[in-house]
Amino acid sequence: MGPKLDFSVVYDALPALLWGCLGTFQLALSGMVLALIIGIGGVLTRNSRLAPVRIATIAFIEIIRNTPFLVQIFFLFFALPGLGMKLDPTETAILALGLNGGAYAIEIIRGGVQSIPKGQTEAGLALGLHPAQVFRLIILKPALRAIFPALTGQFIMLTLTSSICSSVAAYELTSVAQRIESDTFRSFEVYFTITGMYLAISWILMASFAAIARRQFNYPTR
Amino acid sequence: MNQTFGLPEFGFLLGGLKWTVLLSLIAFAGGGVVGMLIALARTAERALLRRLAIGYIAIFQGTPLLMQLFVVYYGLGLLGIQLPAWAAVAIGFTLNASAFLGDIWRGAIQAIPRGQTEAAQALGLHYRARMADIILPQALRIAQPATVGYLVQLIKGTSLAAIVGFIELARAGQIVSNTTFEPILVFGVVGAIYFVLCWPLSWYSARLEARFAASMR
Repeated sequence: MGPKLDFSVVYDALPALLWGCLGTFQLALSGMVLALIIGIGGVLTRNSRLAPVRIATIAFIEIIRNTPFLVQIFFLFFALPGLGMKLDPTETAILALGLNGGAYAIEIIRGGVQSIPKGQTEAGLALGLHPAQVFRLIILKPALRAIFPALTGQFIMLTLTSSICSSVAAYELTSVAQRIESDTFRSFEVYFTITGMYLAISWILMASFAAIARRQFNYPTR
Repeated sequence: MNQTFGLPEFGFLLGGLKWTVLLSLIAFAGGGVVGMLIALARTAERALLRRLAIGYIAIFQGTPLLMQLFVVYYGLGLLGIQLPAWAAVAIGFTLNASAFLGDIWRGAIQAIPRGQTEAAQALGLHYRARMADIILPQALRIAQPATVGYLVQLIKGTSLAAIVGFIELARAGQIVSNTTFEPILVFGVVGAIYFVLCWPLSWYSARLEARFAASMR
C-alpha cells in the first residue's frame, strides 16, 4: 500500500467539520469567560486574610498546574455525578477548561495587580476620584494592559487544549473529526485538515486579541 | 471481573509511570537538540533561515499537541514507515518540544546585548566560537527557569499518548479505572503521581526565577 492521499472524504465532510469549528469556538469562548471569572475571584481569595481560604486557593492553583488536563477532565467527568451535578459532556468540558484556565489566570492577574504602584492609587484618591473609579481606571485598566499578552496567550492555549475534550465526547472539532475518521478510515487526511483549521482558529483569535489591544490600550504609558 | 484497587493495580500504574518518564526524557533530549537548531536558525543572519524557523514555531505553537501526534502517527504509517507506537509518539513530542524550547532559547539569545556579538566579531571570533563560548553559555543560564518550567508542560503533555493508545500513566489509569469501576479513586491517584513528578520541577523553576530576578536588581 503506497502513500495514496484521498481528500475527497474530507471535502464531503466539510460542513460537519465547519460546524465542529463553531463548537470549538463556543467551547473555548465559554471556557475563557469562566477562566476569567475564576481568575478574578481567585485573586481575591488568594490574597484573603483568612489563611484557610488563601491556602485552599494556592492548593487549587498548584494541583491544576501540575497535573495533565486529560486527567483533570476524566476526574471531573466521573466525580461530578457523585456530587449531584448532572452535566452533559460539553458542559463538563467547559467546566474543566474554565477551572484549568482559571488557575493560570489567577497567577497572571495577580501579577498584573501587583505591578501597579501603590502611589498610583493614592494619587487617584487625592485627585478626588471615587474609589470605584480609582479601581476601574487606575488599577484595573493599566493592570489589564500589563497582563493582556500573557492572558490572551493563555486563552490561545486553552483553545488548543479544548481538542482534548474529545476524550469525553464533548461537541467540538476533534470529536467531529474522530467520528468522520472512524467512518472513512482516512485518518491522516482528516487530522491534517483539522490541524489547518485549528491553525486558522488560533490566528483568528490572535488577530482579534490584537485588535482589542489596539482599541483599548492605545494610550501612552508615561 | 470486578477487581478492587489494590497493590497490583498501583503497580500497573507505576509501570505506566515508567513510560511517562521515559517518553518525557526522550522528548526533552530530542527536543533539546532540534530546539537548539531552531533557536539558532531563528536568530541567524540569513532571512530565509529566520523565516523558516518563525513558520515552524508558529505552526507547532498554533495547533493542538494532540493533532500533531495524530498527524505524525498516521503520516508515518501513510509513508509506509512502520514504527512501534512509542517511537511514533516520541517523534511527535520531539517536534513539539523543539518548537517550544527553540522559542524559549531564541528569547534568551536575543536578551544578550548586541554589543557582545559585536565585540566578539571585532576580536575576530567566528560564528561558532562566538555562539559556543560567549552567547550560549549566558543565554542558557537566562533560559534556565523557563526551560525547567517547560519540562512540566512536557511531562503533562505525554499524557496525550494515551489517546493514541500508548500505555503510559494516564492510559494505565484508564485501564485500571475500567477494571475496578473506581474512576474517582484511580484518577485521583494518577493525578497525585503526576503531581509528585511535576511539582518539584515547578517549585525549582520558580526558585530559579526568583533568584534570577534578585540578581538583576
